[in-house]
Amino acid sequence: MKMTYRIEVDCANCANLMEDAALKSTGVKHATVNFMTQKMIVEFAAGQDPKTVMQNVLAACKKVEPDCEIFL
Amino acid sequence: MQEIIVNIMLSAVLLTDALFLLVNGRRRDGMTAKQRTMLIRIFIAAAVLLGLQYLKAETFARLDGYLFPSAGRWVRLALYLADYFIIGHDILKKAGKGILNKRVFDENFLMAVATAGAVILAVCENGDYLEAIAVMLLYQVGEWFQSYAVGKSRRNISDLMDIRPDYANIERDGSIEKIDPDEVAAGSMIVVQPGEKVPIDGVVAEGISCLNTSALTGESLPREVKAGDGIISGCINMTGVLKIRTTKEFGESTVSKILDLVENASSRKSRSEDFISKFAKVYTPAVCYSALALAILPPLIRMIGMGLSADWRTWVYRALSFLVISCPCALVISIPLSFFAGIGGASREGVLVKGSNYLEALSQTGIVVFDKTGTLTQGIFEVNGIHHNRIEEERLIEYAALAESASSHPISKSLQRAYGKEPDRSRVRDVQEISGNGVIAKVDDMEVAAGNDKLMDRLNITYIDCHDTGTIINLAINGVYAGHIVISDIVKPRSAEAISALKDMGVKKTVMLTGDAKKAAQQVADSLGLDQVFSELLPADKVFKVEELMKEKTGKAKLAFVGDGVNDAPALSRADIGIAMGAMGSDAAIEAADIVLMDDDPMKIVKAIRISGKCLRIVYQNIVMAMGVKLACLVLGAFGIANMYLAVFADVGVMILAVLNAIRCLFVRKL
Repeated sequence: MKMTYRIEVDCANCANLMEDAALKSTGVKHATVNFMTQKMIVEFAAGQDPKTVMQNVLAACKKVEPDCEIFL
Repeated sequence: MQEIIVNIMLSAVLLTDALFLLVNGRRRDGMTAKQRTMLIRIFIAAAVLLGLQYLKAETFARLDGYLFPSAGRWVRLALYLADYFIIGHDILKKAGKGILNKRVFDENFLMAVATAGAVILAVCENGDYLEAIAVMLLYQVGEWFQSYAVGKSRRNISDLMDIRPDYANIERDGSIEKIDPDEVAAGSMIVVQPGEKVPIDGVVAEGISCLNTSALTGESLPREVKAGDGIISGCINMTGVLKIRTTKEFGESTVSKILDLVENASSRKSRSEDFISKFAKVYTPAVCYSALALAILPPLIRMIGMGLSADWRTWVYRALSFLVISCPCALVISIPLSFFAGIGGASREGVLVKGSNYLEALSQTGIVVFDKTGTLTQGIFEVNGIHHNRIEEERLIEYAALAESASSHPISKSLQRAYGKEPDRSRVRDVQEISGNGVIAKVDDMEVAAGNDKLMDRLNITYIDCHDTGTIINLAINGVYAGHIVISDIVKPRSAEAISALKDMGVKKTVMLTGDAKKAAQQVADSLGLDQVFSELLPADKVFKVEELMKEKTGKAKLAFVGDGVNDAPALSRADIGIAMGAMGSDAAIEAADIVLMDDDPMKIVKAIRISGKCLRIVYQNIVMAMGVKLACLVLGAFGIANMYLAVFADVGVMILAVLNAIRCLFVRKL
């Protein structure tokens, strides 16, 4: 299942770091961060609850870029 | 001297800051709340710093008399420290968080250490706090500009691409109400006045008008519509009031789909973007460690190895300049921005690119394969001649039209048009359509076979060939040859121009695939100047031919397949770049292709390739400029010739230049 979230991130480098952090989070099959449109597209692994997985993703992203926001 | 320069710079910062706040600060789309807060902080910090610079240390010394000894120093320190925190508290916080999260060595950490160190030194000497705070201030100004410039360009491009109407007119109780287009259910009646944009796809129920399709296709050729015609959202209604029954919801209408497509296109990264991402991952830690080495090693060597004073300050300062210069922001931002602008500019010309990677691949096109009917030709067949007929011409056409009445093949349609009357289907029975051959049906209890020479061979009927070129439909009634009808397709007016332009641009091979007869196909190919023709292909053969041609690619060359999207889906997906033409209104084409041309002008293919070329040129310009300037400044910085101010230029200045250059990708109208 794929879902798109609006994000707020200031620099393109940080967007790439967020994408890496999201890809490494548990429950995430695939993630793309589009800096230009400020959107994050996450594909969830089978049987995962999007809400819990996104909490993991948010925590991971905050570690690499404290200033980022994901609008869940 | 340096002080004067710094003072001038601070004043400049103050002035531009105030201007920005006044002009853009109020508008919602000017800047985000975070940016506005930062701008205010910069203003206050710069003002305080400038003020403190004028009141020199001696002025504060006078306070000693009023309060307590050394009060002047303490007050001065407090004010400077306050200024430092106003401008730098978030960097210090981020540096702290970085250490906690084990990402110690980043820009924030080094900036914090260097400026904090400078402040401590200044405290001990009651000396110059200026540098520490000025450095922090400049860094924040640089970061702010980056955020602002990128945000603004991004918004500008997005706005340009936003062709969606904001409202729909619904007729309620005799009067017209403006409502949110999302609230209009499929099947409702909406009204579009002259001058308004059509918000939702539908069918015209009442009214006659002319439409301006430039928002979708980039061409302002008007299109006439009347009751019963389908109408696409995004077109501007020009002359008459139209009442439309919607067939879709707003979110499913063409204009929303196009916007989603173009927006999401930048999620598909091009090879350049992937490369830069990987580069940044290796480059950033390398640079951080180099900066650290630059800060620590020379002083250590000086102290231990050479017995000189450590001179920490100089080397930390140099390391900091090094770090600021080396920031890859200019590259990491400007390249996606170039593609984003390129995709946006292309969409305004009616060229929808579904991914940055496709935009990049277009300029490397070496082989272009065309489907003939509907792509290079109009797709409208006309009956051109009737030869060797044993019965009257009209009756031949009548039987042909009736036999083909159940088919939707363009050839069948042209026969029906030549017949002129509505075919009486009750006279037709047992219709057998044989793909690639023709049709056999019972018309008025007679067995009528209408098809090409393959069909005649199948039925063992000798046929007479035609010296005219065109598609030949042989007619046989009850097993006896009855004559043949010549149908030809008209080549599009700009097809020849497009082929020669493609060749000029470096396309090595132009190929045409068609199911038509060999002679007809060859005639079209010769008139257009194509390199290769494959004719008499069954629909399934086209994919195989594409696969064969894919093997003939050399080096980095890419193969593009151009079709009308409806029945070319397999070939479109097999090719490196699948281009669908005349896709306005065809959901299937928009789905199947990688690049969608909204109108059916073959020159648009040429335009798409030119847009791609421009985009890539700008990307390479940015890479060369950014790397070149940075490398030069890095060398200067390491040797101490460059100072912090040059460092900030190398970072911010280059970034702004790169962003401005990237925006040029938007301007593709004249290509």
